[in-house]
Amino acid sequence: MEPSSLPQSARDVSTVLGRTGYLCDDELATVTYLMLAMQRPLLLEGEPGTGKTALAEALAESLELPLVRLQCYEGIDATQALYDWDFPRQILHLRALEAGGGADPEEAEKSLYDERFLLARPVLAALQQSPALLLVDEVDRADDEFEAFLLEVLSTWQVSIPELGTVRAATPPLVVLTSNRTRELHDALKRRCLYHWIEHPGLERELEIVRSRAPEVSEALAGQVVMVVQQLRDRDLQKPPGVAETIDWARALHHLGTAELDLETASATLGALVKYREDADRVRHALDQLLRT
Amino acid sequence: MSTVAPGELRGGDEILLAFARALRTGGIAVTQDRAHGFLASAAVLGADDPVAVRIAGRATLCASPDDLARFDQVFEAFFNARDGLPRPRPAAPTEPRFTDFPEEDAWGQGEQTDEVVRAAASATELLRQRDVASLTPAEKRRLDGMFATLRPRAPLRRTARHQRWHRGQVDASRTLRSSLRRLGEPSVIEWRRRGTRPRRIVLLVDVSGSMSSYADALLRLAHRLTQALGQGTVETFTIGTRVTHITRAMRIRDPERALVAAGETVPDWSGGTRLGETLRFFLDRWGQRGMARGAVVVVFSDGWERGDAAMLGEQMARLRRIAHRVVWVNPHRGKDGYEAVQQGVVAALPHLHDFVAGHSLATYAELVEVLADA
Repeated sequence: MEPSSLPQSARDVSTVLGRTGYLCDDELATVTYLMLAMQRPLLLEGEPGTGKTALAEALAESLELPLVRLQCYEGIDATQALYDWDFPRQILHLRALEAGGGADPEEAEKSLYDERFLLARPVLAALQQSPALLLVDEVDRADDEFEAFLLEVLSTWQVSIPELGTVRAATPPLVVLTSNRTRELHDALKRRCLYHWIEHPGLERELEIVRSRAPEVSEALAGQVVMVVQQLRDRDLQKPPGVAETIDWARALHHLGTAELDLETASATLGALVKYREDADRVRHALDQLLRT
Repeated sequence: MSTVAPGELRGGDEILLAFARALRTGGIAVTQDRAHGFLASAAVLGADDPVAVRIAGRATLCASPDDLARFDQVFEAFFNARDGLPRPRPAAPTEPRFTDFPEEDAWGQGEQTDEVVRAAASATELLRQRDVASLTPAEKRRLDGMFATLRPRAPLRRTARHQRWHRGQVDASRTLRSSLRRLGEPSVIEWRRRGTRPRRIVLLVDVSGSMSSYADALLRLAHRLTQALGQGTVETFTIGTRVTHITRAMRIRDPERALVAAGETVPDWSGGTRLGETLRFFLDRWGQRGMARGAVVVVFSDGWERGDAAMLGEQMARLRRIAHRVVWVNPHRGKDGYEAVQQGVVAALPHLHDFVAGHSLATYAELVEVLADA
């Protein structure tokens, strides 16, 4: 990646991200610029639905880098993240060699560990496709051992495959880690990264986001939707709706052909906004009060 | 360290490092590599711009939303001399604690020694059974030392990771790999099973006014559990009027210092009890996110609820849906003639898995067994 094609300031980052439809505030743009300039990974924490994964996707799109996604889950280990050998194909290859009349054993063994039998999982794929952007999604779902492995990879950026050799990247990939904060990450991993907590956006910003992501929705409807959601976040719901839910709700209402928000359609489409039964009851009771303002 | 004459301007790096030190006293763990990262990022963004320095600090020195709040406070105080830090709340008065030999010890000679030993043993046994709230300070000091005799075991759960085993499920990749060693000939079948891992224990200790005589003993119990059960297994919170996360204090090895650290963190000793509200705050902020999910949650409280008992019932129902097992420890339960009539306890009872006593060391030992079997 030539240095000239990277954004040169925080404002550049905002502009470049804005072109793909992702609107961010100054602090996030500055931290993203720091990540590009200092070549450090970025750890994004925040409530679900605030746009953490969306930032990585927008960044990859705007910088024209391939996005390699590593989705973490409980029990993920190095094999799932790094590489694995395609055993069934290797065994078939051996059988084929045997049937073909028995090749030289040295040759057979060498041909067994060929690139075509290597299943490159996300981290190795990011190294091979460098320059790339590696998104490690929901890293809080993995466990301590995986974090230790991730830390090692993030520090050295080379993978040694015993049979093939060491794979190094010409330029280390950009790394974005996201976490929903269901558990505390290990301090060693946090020290390695730049940290940013993404909040729910304010009224104007959320309105801009809805207009940018769902341009087909009319201005009036978008305004009403955002107003209702902003007020809902102040009430004590079990899961306050995020920006993603706002966009979903606006799109759902648009599909139903509503020009203006009224009690009936709002209460019918509530499932796009709140995901808990107690929350839905509470919101339904308060809907007429919310819609009157 | 270069000395600077008064009146001379200090270099930019020195100022930033001094700020990092101030953060350390403000409660944010700032290590050397973090400080270096802070200087480097401030250099990239321009160290003369206060907004940029603030963003650089938040990105490199903070590790959680609590850290972000503390950072903002210290930043305001350090760089805007007019706005001072909020006055620290007066710390709860802690008595100086020291252990000394129990006065009853008699260094007898000859045949007196056996009797003395037997008497001392039965005195210890009696102390285990006595109600903690009724002890004299000397007896309390002896009991404090006896907390170390508790032997907690962590409850276990199955993990998603597998481990090699000689029975159980077929381990496909290892089987194929071992057959690869034999040029593809089918060979032994390798097995695997799911591993085990300690289940998290969350302790919610009520430190409001009615529980003040038990608070010390309960925190020592929490400290013992934290020390015995390994990193990250036990999380401790104090509830009552507010919710405070005191796990870090409980991780200090020395029990006296751990209690002092906890005393400094908790602002509401002996306040009024608002169990329902504080439980709701705990669940919203920590529990639902994942700290209480699949965990064994222990609530230490006598159930004297000044707030709304219906809300307490609702929150306990919510807790039961999330947690693996809910245990309520009531100091008054073990006493004669106890009947569950307080509103708080009545509202909570249907949602509990275990309702146990918690007034003496012996009951704490039983609680440890209940936890191990959870």
